[in-house]
Amino acid sequence: MKKLVLAGAALSSALILTAAPLSAQDRVVNVFNWSDYIDASILEDFTEQTGIRVVYDVYDSNEILETRLLAGSSGYDVVVPTASPFMARQIEAGVYQPLDKSKLPNLENMWDMVSSRVATYDPDNTFSVNYMWGTVGIGYNVAMIQEALGVDEITSWDVVFDPENMQKLASCGVYFLDSPTDVMPVALNYLGHDPNSDDQDEMTAATDLIMSVRPSIRRFHSSEYINALANGDICLAIGWSGDVFQAADRAEEAGNGVEVAYAIPEEGTQMWFDQMAIPADAQNVEEAHEFLNFIMDPEVAARATNYVYYPNGNLASQEFIEAEIVEDTAIYPDEETLANLFTVTPKDQRAQRVLTRNWTRVVTGQ
Amino acid sequence: MNRLVSAIAARLTIIAPYLWLLVFFLVPFLIVFKISLSTTVTAMPPYTPVFDLAEGWAALVEGLRDFTHENYLWLWDDPLYVNAYLNSVRLAAISTALTLLIGYPMAYAMARAPSSLRAVLLMLVILPFWTSFLIRVYAWIGILRPEGLLNQFLFFLGVIDRPLVIMGTDTAIYIGIVYSYLPFMVLPLYATLEKMDFSLIEAAQDLGCTAAGAFWKITVPLSVPGIIAGCMLVFIPAVGEFVIPDLLGGSQTLMIGRTLWNEFFANRDWPVASAVAIVLLLVLVVPIMFFQQAQARAQERGR
Repeated sequence: MKKLVLAGAALSSALILTAAPLSAQDRVVNVFNWSDYIDASILEDFTEQTGIRVVYDVYDSNEILETRLLAGSSGYDVVVPTASPFMARQIEAGVYQPLDKSKLPNLENMWDMVSSRVATYDPDNTFSVNYMWGTVGIGYNVAMIQEALGVDEITSWDVVFDPENMQKLASCGVYFLDSPTDVMPVALNYLGHDPNSDDQDEMTAATDLIMSVRPSIRRFHSSEYINALANGDICLAIGWSGDVFQAADRAEEAGNGVEVAYAIPEEGTQMWFDQMAIPADAQNVEEAHEFLNFIMDPEVAARATNYVYYPNGNLASQEFIEAEIVEDTAIYPDEETLANLFTVTPKDQRAQRVLTRNWTRVVTGQ
Repeated sequence: MNRLVSAIAARLTIIAPYLWLLVFFLVPFLIVFKISLSTTVTAMPPYTPVFDLAEGWAALVEGLRDFTHENYLWLWDDPLYVNAYLNSVRLAAISTALTLLIGYPMAYAMARAPSSLRAVLLMLVILPFWTSFLIRVYAWIGILRPEGLLNQFLFFLGVIDRPLVIMGTDTAIYIGIVYSYLPFMVLPLYATLEKMDFSLIEAAQDLGCTAAGAFWKITVPLSVPGIIAGCMLVFIPAVGEFVIPDLLGGSQTLMIGRTLWNEFFANRDWPVASAVAIVLLLVLVVPIMFFQQAQARAQERGR
């Protein structure tokens, strides 16, 4: 989950956090997590069970989190970066401390499918445990797509990367994520290239592909599409799985007759992992470990997923997750789909620059 | 003895603002300037060299050798930055003109209002500051979006049959900037207009000048200091504005605030981001300093 923008809101909310005084009686843990990403009752229960007060603060982009961590003395004890490219290069920069696994007995509940993939970025999962993971896919308004394209369900990226299809959708509204690390790998993969390619020509080809449908894109934005889909303002968005399901849920609650669906296209897509980690300069290391262990409790992890509609990396939690979530292959993909998902690797400075520059061309046309 | 004390007190009073500028402007500026000469690395903090006083003089000299001006050269290599600067200046200039157009009549009306009313009017201009800036900009989203208040109202009146697309366009940015910065234009204008001697206008009219003529020949020239102050207060922050274009504007609007954001957050390139900031400062400050000097000289001559 890589939301961009809205730095102002995140920064101002971050300023509210004040360093809590340390004393034997008053144990605290300072948690910095994505906005709208936890069931608040989980935090209350944690305090009730352990006596540790949770100072909870939120951000809405990996970039904001990264900048605060790189500046040092962030004051946070638990943070939730996306594994790649963000956490991987933060580990390289020395931002995190190794976890004391003897204090994390609940590690045995974790799901090897997730842990082994995360190990690409965090060998042996030395620095982090998984909180949620998900995919980048297509969220759409079923009735509007039926009317515009004459299909009942979306199965392919052709819908957004074929100019002919996009022209038909332009009037009902299409949003793209404003996030180069999410959309560009998908475009590269669609063209049959390595999604992690740094090759200049292949990058240009992917950029041109998006440029060819750009006139039909209403907006590049990484969070507005949730409400836009739920209200029926737009017919399609490239988005993160859980966000689209939240949109579907909101539409259902509003009873406005809007039906939102999510598709993992058959060409394959990106899979991402949001990891919980402890900064190297954290003040409350003991409490941070207790918090991590609590989150890895199967029932707690299940509650978290029931709330945010994202799959988690906790295998033991699956029996406690609502059937409509755990049995939905768009949320918990089946084996066949899983084999089609790819992960992205961090880029070096020069390649990152090329990526951002190409994305600026996509978004602004310059 | 008393004289000595008061002399020292006078000195201290003068030093205070200089100290303020030194600590809160010059030092941060130098830090940013220093980072703009550094090189990016994957570390905390993400640039090198980093100076540590504990390492002594030799390490400092060694570090100075690592400085590079490449980040500034980089900015000329890609037309992106120049375009972003120009576009920001254009947007800010148009917004400033619009703010002046709306703010001047307001300030004029306030200055001509009965003195018992003025305090209330002044209060009304300042009132929006009681609410968070961010929330006020968010409120505009609610007004301008396709199903927002404005479109619903126009539908109700039957003026339009399909929603006006304002959200996500430059028009929305202009509305946001004009709305947010209007008090900064009105207050200095009001301050100059209020001090103006309105009997001058009566004199002009007695001598046969039309009302419009008196306004252009007397009121406007006398309020020039207020116009300049107001325009500066609006134009300068509007050039670097990030929040308003981000929330109200479309992603296709290229502005320097967004470019800086990309360098700093997306590319994690603090040195280039700092170079962009320094150039922005030069682009803004240097012309303004020349302008002020010219103004001062003109005033000297006027006397």
